[in-house]
Amino acid sequence: MKEFLLTQLRILTRHRFGAFGGIVILLFGVIALFGPVLAPHDPWTSLTSADGRLALLRPPSLEFPLGTTSMGRDILSQMIHATRTTVIIGLSSGLISIIIGANVGLLAGYFGGRLDEVLMRFTDIIYGLPFLPFLIVLISLFGRNIWFVILAICCIVWRTSARVVRAQTLSIRQRQFILAARARGASSGRIIYRHILPNIMPLLLLYTAFNIAWSVLAEAGASFLGFSDPDNLSWGGILYNLWISGKIRVAWWWFAWPSICIILLVSALVFVSRAYEEVANPRLRQR
Amino acid sequence: MEILKVHELKQHFQVSSGFLARVLSRERPGIIKAVDGVSFSLEQGEILGLAGESGCGKSTACLAIAKLREPTGGAISYKGTDISKLTTQGLRDYRRQVQLIFQDPYESLNPRFKVFDLVAEPLRALRLGEPPEIRRQVRETLGKVGLEPLKYEGRYPHELSGGERQRVGIASALVSNPELVIADEPLSMLDVSIRAGILDLIRELSKGMNFSCIYVSHDLSILSNISERLMIMYLGRTMELAPTGEIIRDPLHPYTRALISAVPIPDPAYRRPVPNIRGEVSRPLNPPPGCRFQGRCSEVTDVCTSTSPPLVEAKPGHYVACHQYTRAA
Amino acid sequence: MVLDIKNLSTRYHTSEGVVRAVDGVSLSVGEDQVFGLAGESGCGKSTLIRTVMRLLPGSARVDADELSYEGRDLLSLSDGEYREKILWKGISLVPQSAMNSLNPVYRVGEQVVEAIRAHSRVSRREALEMVGGLFRGVGLQPELVRNYPHELSGGMRQRAMIAMSLALDPRLIIMDEPTTGLDVLVQERILRELKEIRKKKKNAMSILLITHDISVIAEMSDRIGIMYAGRIMEQADALELFREPYHPYTLGLKNAFPSIRQLDRELISIPGAPPNLIGDIPGCVFAFRCPFAVPKCMERRPPDLEVKPNHFVQCIRTDRVEEFRERSGEKETWRSSKSMN
Repeated sequence: MKEFLLTQLRILTRHRFGAFGGIVILLFGVIALFGPVLAPHDPWTSLTSADGRLALLRPPSLEFPLGTTSMGRDILSQMIHATRTTVIIGLSSGLISIIIGANVGLLAGYFGGRLDEVLMRFTDIIYGLPFLPFLIVLISLFGRNIWFVILAICCIVWRTSARVVRAQTLSIRQRQFILAARARGASSGRIIYRHILPNIMPLLLLYTAFNIAWSVLAEAGASFLGFSDPDNLSWGGILYNLWISGKIRVAWWWFAWPSICIILLVSALVFVSRAYEEVANPRLRQR
Repeated sequence: MEILKVHELKQHFQVSSGFLARVLSRERPGIIKAVDGVSFSLEQGEILGLAGESGCGKSTACLAIAKLREPTGGAISYKGTDISKLTTQGLRDYRRQVQLIFQDPYESLNPRFKVFDLVAEPLRALRLGEPPEIRRQVRETLGKVGLEPLKYEGRYPHELSGGERQRVGIASALVSNPELVIADEPLSMLDVSIRAGILDLIRELSKGMNFSCIYVSHDLSILSNISERLMIMYLGRTMELAPTGEIIRDPLHPYTRALISAVPIPDPAYRRPVPNIRGEVSRPLNPPPGCRFQGRCSEVTDVCTSTSPPLVEAKPGHYVACHQYTRAA
Repeated sequence: MVLDIKNLSTRYHTSEGVVRAVDGVSLSVGEDQVFGLAGESGCGKSTLIRTVMRLLPGSARVDADELSYEGRDLLSLSDGEYREKILWKGISLVPQSAMNSLNPVYRVGEQVVEAIRAHSRVSRREALEMVGGLFRGVGLQPELVRNYPHELSGGMRQRAMIAMSLALDPRLIIMDEPTTGLDVLVQERILRELKEIRKKKKNAMSILLITHDISVIAEMSDRIGIMYAGRIMEQADALELFREPYHPYTLGLKNAFPSIRQLDRELISIPGAPPNLIGDIPGCVFAFRCPFAVPKCMERRPPDLEVKPNHFVQCIRTDRVEEFRERSGEKETWRSSKSMN
């Protein structure tokens, strides 16, 4: 395990953008973990400023570093809490989707035949599933809950990784060391998870970063349109509040911080995935 | 004692091309008879050489013997048991006892595994022993192939030379103490100056660890050095089978004669005879009836084109599949 | 002399240092002569070929006392001049794994025509006629011109490549591992065809044959050079080299090759591996693997010693050659080595 982490560190630090991406992600991760404890205010309380009045729509100041909303709520505290939500959704969707996608790809690629047919037809069907309508239906039927958002995102995000993992598995399956593993007595399960999986790790990590990035974007989009859990505020949710307040033209600060964070996090994830792309495909490495 | 008996082994593949492919590329659907009647037996402790050019089916036959692919016909029995009727436990035992050494030292080792894990794999996959026991076995086997355990066990394949990698491959094949080892051209991808060392290693270990060996190669020079008996294959069939010295000094089958006269000799003063053979090697697709060699044999007769010659004992211990000898036997 | 090389060195400048792939190589290929260059992987033969054929990457530096073709200096020619005057007309190449370097989507005959027209002013029709004749010359039926590469066997493709190299009647053909990977009967056929071609040609044709297969070298060569780690260890006429080898590496190679005519001979391999070619190696390149090396061997590079007429060796201990020849036949001599291979 320790070796694994060390290797990942080495991969990221080799690549300039990857290192930058890694740091940004780490930052957001720390905020997500410890932030809510350190947030100066409760994100839902309407606050009064030092001069006694309600702090409605205040631009960034010393008192409220990121400004306040039209209801007087501190945007900094909101951002900190929302970071946790966004990171949780992104991470959960990303990881769950990669686990599903990887297993589908591995099993389809290794066993081939009927199983491959069935799994790939299933994947094809899922490809036809539109994200937003599906989410809307879920919410209409079962109510607004953070887990539905995660579910809906997972459903669309696992598809690409499944196809790619299957292609890689097909090519690795032909290689002589897999035949050697069979000759040495390894069962199919052992071959898939002990022999093939380590060889597609760089690809998997690449797609994990990608999946998380997609999840964050999908979540932001859905929340902005109002399809999110009102109890768990996310960056997209903040933007939604901004939108329905009608003050979007006036309060640039309310708009800026969530947007910048979304862009930063997604870019960071994409940079990290580029670092892995170079590992997965050594020909891309800079000399 | 006979350890392996192979009788009329067959491996046929169905080839079906689509309609368009058939029209465009003149490809006919049909059967590829990669292995079409191989018979031999192997004594305990013996090194049998399996010779033939590419496409003769020797590697395919080995896959069937190693139970990595189900044959389409024939019978293989190991220590008296028909291997097509093995239970799950029986198959596990078989895997422990019958192992392979692969040709390409660069491709047959999982690049993500350390040397220790590569050699330990058969023991772990077949669940033979607890970790301390496994560690002991792995280290002992690494020592036997000439790789100092403490120096090599933590390394990855890409850190090793071709010769070292092949030694790891051999260790991996021998760690479970097999009784039959199939070596598929283990030298062909190694530098010439180190081949002798690996060949010696296989020979010594075969005697020391008491395993039988089927050594597959297209290189008759190497086979002449290591094998005690030699079997010549052509287009999926056994053509000749005899002790090595005998087959080289007195080859009976026209194909064997051509092969032997074609082998280059590292001696500029030696004048080789011209091989007596016509045509090019054909693919084992939809072969015509009769002897596989008919299209290239300069001594072909009518019976050769209609009936396939059986493998007969033309001289004591010397088997040939050629109509010239069928009557005599 | 068709090809004259004196003290040729080719160095690659890489991020890890300077790689001396070819380090002071001298050899000459005479008219109507087959020069066999024997060497294992990593000995520098590919680089040597690329140097002569102007196929080196930009990071390579070449310098030599002489590199000339039929007396004409090659080093002073520009790339354009070389391509126009020498390439394919004077010197042509059958590269390694040539049978795999045919474009799968074009017919074989087309590709040969392309090659011909790329290096000469021959019309398409004339070129097509030539190809038919060339194919017949290498033992291929002229009808095969219309086939695609995948429809031909490996041996046939190799012969097509040889036909391509013969197209413009060059004086020198460089062949890099021409029969490696081919079955023994196919190899035998091709080598025999080559001998026939040389006999039938009006103009004398020389071959620089490069391979690790000592048996093929023995059968084909008039003169042999043994290459190791960028240098030529020994060089002599073929019969002479086999009857009276001098260099320990040559002695080691002789023992490493099995022969079906000597069934009970003990095979001995040379322990260790070729050295890393980065940086300067003082002294003899083979010293650390050599069972007969003394400290003096590692001090200075041995000069090319002419031990017999036209027989050159890079070794300072040739005075003990009789003893070495005897001892090299014993396994014990080679066992006491520092590294495992």
